[in-house]
Amino acid sequence: MLQREGEFRNPSGCAVTGVIDRSGKKMTGESMIEAISVMHDRSNGLGGGFAGYGIYPHYKDFYAFHLFYETTKAQEETEAFLKRHFEIVYSSEIQTRKLPSVKNEPGIFRYFLAPLPRKLANSHLDEREYVARCVIRINAEMKDAYVFSSGKNMGIFKGVGYPEDIGRFYRLEEYEGYAWTCHGRYPTNTPGWWGGAHPFGLLDLSVVHNGEISSYDANRRYMEMFGYRCTLQTDTEVITYIVDYLLRKKGLTLQEIAHVIAASFWSTIANKEESAREQETLLRRMFPSLLITGPFSIILGYEGGLMALGDRLKLRSMVCAEKGDKAYISSEESAIRKIEPSLDRIFAPAGGEPVIYELYGRRD
Amino acid sequence: MELYIRPDYEVVRNTDKCIACRVCERQCANGVHEYDPATGKMRADDSKCVNCHRCVSLCPTHALKIVKTDDTYRENANWGVQTINEVYRQANTGGVLLSSMGNPKPYPVFWDKLLLNASQVTNPPIDPLREPMETQLWLGKRTAKIERDEKGRLKDTLPPQLKLSVPILFSAMSYGSISYNAHESLARAAEELGIYYNTGEGGLHRDFYRYGKNTIVQVASGRFGVHKEYLEAAAAIEIKMGQGAKPGIGGHLPGAKISEDVSETRMIPQGVDAISPAPHHDIYSIEDLKQLVDSLKEATEHKKPIIVKIAAVHNAAAIASGIARSGADIIAIDGYRGGTGAAPTRIRDNVGIPIEMALAQIDERLRSEGIRDEVSIVVGGSIRSSADVVKAIALGADACYIGTAALLALGCHLCRSCHTGKCNWGIATQQPDLVKRLNPNYGYKRLVNLVTAWKHEIEEIMGGMGINSLEALRGNRLMLRGIGLTDTELRLLGVRYAGESL
Repeated sequence: MLQREGEFRNPSGCAVTGVIDRSGKKMTGESMIEAISVMHDRSNGLGGGFAGYGIYPHYKDFYAFHLFYETTKAQEETEAFLKRHFEIVYSSEIQTRKLPSVKNEPGIFRYFLAPLPRKLANSHLDEREYVARCVIRINAEMKDAYVFSSGKNMGIFKGVGYPEDIGRFYRLEEYEGYAWTCHGRYPTNTPGWWGGAHPFGLLDLSVVHNGEISSYDANRRYMEMFGYRCTLQTDTEVITYIVDYLLRKKGLTLQEIAHVIAASFWSTIANKEESAREQETLLRRMFPSLLITGPFSIILGYEGGLMALGDRLKLRSMVCAEKGDKAYISSEESAIRKIEPSLDRIFAPAGGEPVIYELYGRRD
Repeated sequence: MELYIRPDYEVVRNTDKCIACRVCERQCANGVHEYDPATGKMRADDSKCVNCHRCVSLCPTHALKIVKTDDTYRENANWGVQTINEVYRQANTGGVLLSSMGNPKPYPVFWDKLLLNASQVTNPPIDPLREPMETQLWLGKRTAKIERDEKGRLKDTLPPQLKLSVPILFSAMSYGSISYNAHESLARAAEELGIYYNTGEGGLHRDFYRYGKNTIVQVASGRFGVHKEYLEAAAAIEIKMGQGAKPGIGGHLPGAKISEDVSETRMIPQGVDAISPAPHHDIYSIEDLKQLVDSLKEATEHKKPIIVKIAAVHNAAAIASGIARSGADIIAIDGYRGGTGAAPTRIRDNVGIPIEMALAQIDERLRSEGIRDEVSIVVGGSIRSSADVVKAIALGADACYIGTAALLALGCHLCRSCHTGKCNWGIATQQPDLVKRLNPNYGYKRLVNLVTAWKHEIEEIMGGMGINSLEALRGNRLMLRGIGLTDTELRLLGVRYAGESL
């Protein structure tokens, strides 16, 4: 019997791209579909997906859960679990468009949720930790049910197929957001089900990633000490958990996180000015098991911004570009040129150098 | 009545080559070789030979070799020659059998049943000749709190750690069990390599205080040579609870090895056997250990990491978990093949468990309890090559102790006769004429060569796996596959069988 993603490691090559309008102006998912279609050859039809930010303004105070169900039994059990832990403000099947190229789709549902106040208070957890634990529990323990998006005012849409087909399948031209990321996947094995596609998300964090990290099991075994369970065995999953842990639980900045996961070499750090040397040395000494080695280029999406980061040897391509308020990140320049031929600036960031684009005024 | 026991080895001399220069005679502290003036030829007494190869190595005409005797008792799969001889020996003397160095029995070596991974196509191998490759690491607790100063900069809240340029330390070998020159070689090599050597339980010779920043001092059950200055001189302090070669028993340094210098360093009388007790008499349980850890921290103003060394025994994982909660910064685990200067043979050959199993279980246990950051793990007994180091780190170790390999670098030929104190290589002896055979100027260089060679090999292996920092190798068990192992062994080691995909 064919194994499902999660039961094995599935090395993948990929295409990633992202766009943000720093003035907060909304754009539909159409441009992302257009951009990724140029990089068609970087995918092999076994996975595509998108993350959109600012897409649920009417429900922005509620956690938007997107779920895959393989069976109606799984749906019944999961909905019972959701009811025990959340107030379900609104739920429905996610509207899709039938396409001949997109096959074997599971049941795809959306819920807008608020944690039950009493349950939350009794848990002695902060709200986001409560929600994150519920997500991890469903994904680790509920057979045939999978939460693939769980943030506020954002959503992940993914499946097995070429990314441009997945975008049309989910009718992304009907969603409007200030930022989008997109992923086309070239796995070496068939994922067997839709959960294995990317982006991977937890709360408002989403990660698209191109590469195959050699530090995987060191990272995974470390993260599982803190209640994360890597049920998919993908790089993207463990990278998302690492960022969530360092950002939300440890309170590091994105810059600091880059110095942990794509740390400069000791020899490079030794030549930096004193303050940077001290801080970067400290970060490497504090979190040595979260260094990620091997090729990766990731786009991290979060509420109000995108971050691009590549491995410290720059073993995967990545370009960034700007045009007015808009900023672009992509595996290949062609994808950016396709949707914005004349750019103010385009550059390839150095390995391990984070590039952060945020909504104006986000940090004020 | 004393029964004659046929020696295991015979000295074979090629009389055509021998020029009777008498080098062998002068080199053998055991008195094997003798010049016969009547015949003008050399004679050898096999019964005194320990097969240390000193004469073979120094014979200018290569006229000597040592061979295993072909004399045999009636063959018996149950009663081997050694087993029978040991019975004779005990019947002759009524004594406990003594042995040195590590367990030589043919138990499985799990390092040799683990295979490493390499990158192909989906991610690239990294060439250490062209790209940076990091073997540097820090040992100690990594339980830092995130605190910031008024400028928002991170404060250094890390407990004290040890910085190493390679994941290798020289393991504990006391002054007394080994010579002054051996200690000097280890200390100087540690300094040049940016690593550490370990005093063992014999105190620290005054001359070696200058290597303090590369020295780990031991506090063992006999408390030999322990005083304030000794603790303060060191980079870290190791509490020795046990040793892989002899779990559950104390140390024994024969009086013959206790010279004036050794006696002064150990703060014990000259020429009298130094016997350290089996337990620390202030540690009868885990909560007592915590008090000693705390006392040593207080004595050194919380500036030095505390290591707790245990022998790998059946319940090692639970013991390690207790130690991780005792305030110790580093746990050292010594496997049952670890070396010793002297141990009862029956203990050495029958007590304890393999380091591979102990390590795998301890690392897993500490992770499942969420306390792996509380301690670093250093393993020894026995690490024989750079490949063993890489496998140990992939299983979950932070670094490795090497003892036997370091002694081999100094010239040791594993004759396993350290307890006699007549080491012809000047290592495990205190006889001045023998000690001076080990020149620390060459000894230290050979140790530097060994560790440098291993470092290159570690870099090469890591690069092949697409890993350019040791930190990303630690506990990375997907890089390992088992071969010739049972399901139980695979489960305990936490690795998959060769051929099983990712």
